Amino acid sequence: MADLNKNKSGVPLLQVIDLHTSFTTDNGEVQAVNGVSFTLEEGKTLGIVGESGSGKSVTAYSIMQILEKNGHISQGKILYKGEDITHYSEKQMQDFRGKKCSIIFQDPMTSLNPVYTIGNQISEAILIHSNKTKEQAKEATIRMLELVGINDPQKRFKQYPHELSGGMRQRIMIAMALVSEPDILIADEPTTALDVTIQAQILELMQELQQKLNMAIIIVTHDLGVIAQMADEIVVMYGGRICERGTADHIFYSPAHEYTKGLLRSIPSVENMKQKLVPIAGTPINLLNMPKGCAFCARCDNAMKICLEEVPPELKMPDGHYASCWMNVKNNNYVSEVSANE
Amino acid sequence: MSKYLIKRILLAILSVFVILLITFFAMNAVPGGPFNSEKATTPAVRAVLMERFNLDKPVWQQFLIYIRNLTRFDFGVSLKTGREISGTLSTCFAVSAKIGGIAAFVAVIIGVILGAIAALFRNRWPDRLIIFFTTLFTAMPSFVFATLLLMVFCIQLGLLPVFSTEASASKYVLPVIALAAYPTAYITRLTKTSMLDALSQDYIRTARAKGVTTRKVIFKHALRNALIPVITYVGPMLAYILTGSLVVENIFNIGGLGKQFVQSITNRDYPMIMATTIFLAVIMVLMNLLSDIMYKVVDPRIKLD
Repeated sequence: MADLNKNKSGVPLLQVIDLHTSFTTDNGEVQAVNGVSFTLEEGKTLGIVGESGSGKSVTAYSIMQILEKNGHISQGKILYKGEDITHYSEKQMQDFRGKKCSIIFQDPMTSLNPVYTIGNQISEAILIHSNKTKEQAKEATIRMLELVGINDPQKRFKQYPHELSGGMRQRIMIAMALVSEPDILIADEPTTALDVTIQAQILELMQELQQKLNMAIIIVTHDLGVIAQMADEIVVMYGGRICERGTADHIFYSPAHEYTKGLLRSIPSVENMKQKLVPIAGTPINLLNMPKGCAFCARCDNAMKICLEEVPPELKMPDGHYASCWMNVKNNNYVSEVSANE
Repeated sequence: MSKYLIKRILLAILSVFVILLITFFAMNAVPGGPFNSEKATTPAVRAVLMERFNLDKPVWQQFLIYIRNLTRFDFGVSLKTGREISGTLSTCFAVSAKIGGIAAFVAVIIGVILGAIAALFRNRWPDRLIIFFTTLFTAMPSFVFATLLLMVFCIQLGLLPVFSTEASASKYVLPVIALAAYPTAYITRLTKTSMLDALSQDYIRTARAKGVTTRKVIFKHALRNALIPVITYVGPMLAYILTGSLVVENIFNIGGLGKQFVQSITNRDYPMIMATTIFLAVIMVLMNLLSDIMYKVVDPRIKLD
């Protein structure tokens, strides 16, 4: 299967290599993403999980180059079908955004422009990337609205965002993102602002459309439940770095990083309903004041001296996934060290 | 919509009536009268005049008579000139509205453009330059600015006439600039603030993520949202600026509404004071209504009824 999903040349759809993204602030340079690498294959779903400030959304925005004005990619490559897009001009990026890769955001309440109709905003996405006439764009918009499960699309076309519910607006966002049939959909916390029943519907919709349109999804979330439902591969981030990456099974059943283990301990489950949950002690790291060693060190129960002093290298685990934790070196539980450019 | 309009118009009539009532009694409460300054009026002449204009009656009766005349659109005649007030008012308003209309147009166009530029070049030299001038024009009183304009352009550079009786366009240049300076500065600052706010909204990121060009992100997605606060200001501004500025009209010697209003007060020209007040009140109420409707046009979230 894996081979079928690769295109003929064997080049992966999207490859992020040693990505560094930083923000210039009054208090100095903030390194929000610090050497992140991962690969996304066609039609697959990659989950990026981490807490607030871990750099997961910034990674997503870096791919689209829609960072705030003070943010920039300082190092690394982003290869789309083998071509580095970090050096693209703004014009080239405008062609990439929405056509090759789309993104939906956390808060559907504020992500749509309040003064334009739904129809106007979706049609705009079509008109930018095709030579369709306004009439054709309207037809395509209505078809897309039907596809994302909006009832009475003719009427919705003329409505304004404030006339729709949160769940509907997220469907609109999805319709807008997918209307040019991109290869990649980035979903940045797509369900965080929605209530649980709507959340499930939106995730199902995304999976259904993934099948229909054969697109790859990058889902960014702090919700391990969402990740478990959606992702083939998972990247766990902390303090702008990747702690651990592997398949969903690797991450959930054989975590090899203390942070991932901590995350899994803090999820309530049916079996341990009566047990007290174990939270991860301490607060998220201050990116302005990064420690010399492992970013998670200060909150880690098993921290050692070396954790304070040196950033752990990425290690290949015996089962084939990757983790950056000194515990594995101590326990000699790894196969090899991975260099940054892989 | 029509229900809303009817409600607003009824409310407008009520507020104009209240303004009228207060003005009428306040005006009469002030000591003195329209014929006090006249020379050589014998008591007999004065008594005739007082009777002729109903000024010998109690104030409340005068008020009722005035209202009765008003319902027939009869504003009376000026106590000073003896001319029909409606004629004088419309002449004055035409002059003020012409200058004011151009000034308002200039203020909105230039203000929005400069505001948008300041927002886009935030903290760089165009922004700093624009904000320096807007601060200057907000702070400088109009009589200083108007006098300065006269001094520089008419006297030192000799580019424009200080005073001209012919209706040439050059006559209006300086008054328009003087009138437009403050609202332009204000609209610039307003646009800058709301533009910065709009540009930081999530929907701007959405638009960029769709692949919308930078120009369209700014002019389609940000500017329309940024204009909402500007519109709230433009309504009352139009009312002020169309009805003429006392200072500017006096300095440039323009026979507009502002000048007329002040003259009528110093003359105790009661019918003229009343008519001007009603006129200003009606314009103010109309412009507010207009800006509320404009509000609805630009922002679909606003419900009028």
